[in-house]
Amino acid sequence: MTAQIDAKQLHLLEELARLRIAPARAAELQEELGRMLALIDDLQQADTEGVTPLTNPCDDVQRLRADEVTEANQRDLFQQNAPQSEAGLYLVPQVVDN
Amino acid sequence: MSDPGLDAYAAQLRNGEISAVQLAQDSLTRARQQQDAYNLFVNLADEQAVQQAQVADAAIQQGDTSILAGIPYVAKDIFCSKDLATTCASKMLANFVAPYDATALARIKEKGGVLIGKTNMDEFAMGSSSEQSHYGAVANPWQLDHVAGGSSGGSAVAVATGLVPYALGTDTGGSVRQPAAFCGVCGLKPTYGRISRYGMVAYASSLDQAGVFARRATDLAVVLEALCGIDARDSTSADRPVPNWSAQLGGDDGLKAMALGLVVEFMEQLDDDMRAVLQQAIDVLVQRGARIVEVQLPQLRHAIACYYTLALAEASSNLARYDGVCYGYRVEDATDLQDMYVRSRSEGFGDEVKRRILLGTYVLTAGYYDAYYRRAQQVRRLIRDDFMRAFSQVDLLVGPVTPRPAFVKQEKPDVIEMYKQDIYTVPANLAGLPAMSVPIGFVDDLPVGMQLLANHFDEAHLLRAAHAYQQMTDWHTKMPPTQH
Repeated sequence: MTAQIDAKQLHLLEELARLRIAPARAAELQEELGRMLALIDDLQQADTEGVTPLTNPCDDVQRLRADEVTEANQRDLFQQNAPQSEAGLYLVPQVVDN
Repeated sequence: MSDPGLDAYAAQLRNGEISAVQLAQDSLTRARQQQDAYNLFVNLADEQAVQQAQVADAAIQQGDTSILAGIPYVAKDIFCSKDLATTCASKMLANFVAPYDATALARIKEKGGVLIGKTNMDEFAMGSSSEQSHYGAVANPWQLDHVAGGSSGGSAVAVATGLVPYALGTDTGGSVRQPAAFCGVCGLKPTYGRISRYGMVAYASSLDQAGVFARRATDLAVVLEALCGIDARDSTSADRPVPNWSAQLGGDDGLKAMALGLVVEFMEQLDDDMRAVLQQAIDVLVQRGARIVEVQLPQLRHAIACYYTLALAEASSNLARYDGVCYGYRVEDATDLQDMYVRSRSEGFGDEVKRRILLGTYVLTAGYYDAYYRRAQQVRRLIRDDFMRAFSQVDLLVGPVTPRPAFVKQEKPDVIEMYKQDIYTVPANLAGLPAMSVPIGFVDDLPVGMQLLANHFDEAHLLRAAHAYQQMTDWHTKMPPTQH
């Protein structure tokens, strides 16, 4: 079986991942993704009947902490990394029509 | 000093031969010279290093006994560092300055360690050659037209050239062990959860683990003791006591009563020249008392498929945070919010990162989730269980780190072909095991490593075996020909 990603699938993945691929690069990328898919398709050969999925290799469970405030508000410090901010707010292009 | 270890540095600092400030300044000068030759850094910590060194000098004067005090080190540019840019070798984070230190860096700072700079790497740790960097490829100091390995290539080079006695990296599928092997130094990835991931930029969270490069097992033990231990800021950090590994390295009794598992699947496809070097190293371990047991791990044949499915799925989720809103690259002329997201991400990420995000998105898509993502999690258990069966019979597993030594740098590397070469390193990440690479000789005039793997939280056996080996051999003292 030759695993493939067609143009329609690539377009869906671009939508979901919020990425845009230059049209000139699309065919090459489809071929590359097809090769990656072929590599991971080997999973279909494994007998996984009745096997519980593993999420933590040491079988540790998520530790919960007390529901207490531990961090101080450092908004101004954090916003020094913001591409655009004003009056303590993060600015983005307009999202509501006039 | 041609090959200084931590002890030698610490002695010089305490007998007044050199101050931490002088050491930091010398290291920065050498780092600049090395940068021209190897492109191993993204950022140098000029001011911060001198400040940290001043603090260390004062502490040493007052009798600070931490062996790391005043000694320079470097860290992969994936660890967040306060007041010093953290780029992950990506255009996306080119201007990002973290408002806090990663726990790993904070713990070294507490011990007085002096951070000289942040090292070059594959973008977001996605690669095995340190060629996929926004800042250009890292060169292998043994042969400059060859790759340093990756993704923690710059850190491996800094130890190989003797610039620093130890360096920090991260290992999601071999990114400490493989560049260590390619550059001829030790690289150790502890058990998943041993070192806090707080402030370590995430690639694949269930696989990511910080690791250490050094020449000697004895130095690795000291640095690991400083780094490991539970951290309230990482809920996956292990709530386990941190052993005094330095005191458990063993003396002259070597490896008596140690059962060493030879992984049949690892050895089968190895080329003759690589196998011969590995066999010589295994013979040394046997001379020191280890007993060899052949071990089969049949599920390893699915390791590459399992690893790339899970790593890419987690990457696609983790890297969704780069949206150009709170930090990172943003296009200036976005027409609307969607346009801002899409173009910021498309311009900010390199080709390999985009490929991995897209395939990671695919395996999580409705209709494919069960066939790929869930199935990979099931296979992950099968692989882990294979290892658990092996460790009921043996103390350690031994095998190669890579199929071949470092390869030649390329203008446009075939990265998908490169994935297959991770075959020996990804199993330890899938199973969460501690594993290390030890330099054991040369093939084609390039260094080759031996991989040791141990059961969960049993770093002690790795360090003991490596130390026993290094007492009998001098591969770890070899320096590359071009030095600065």
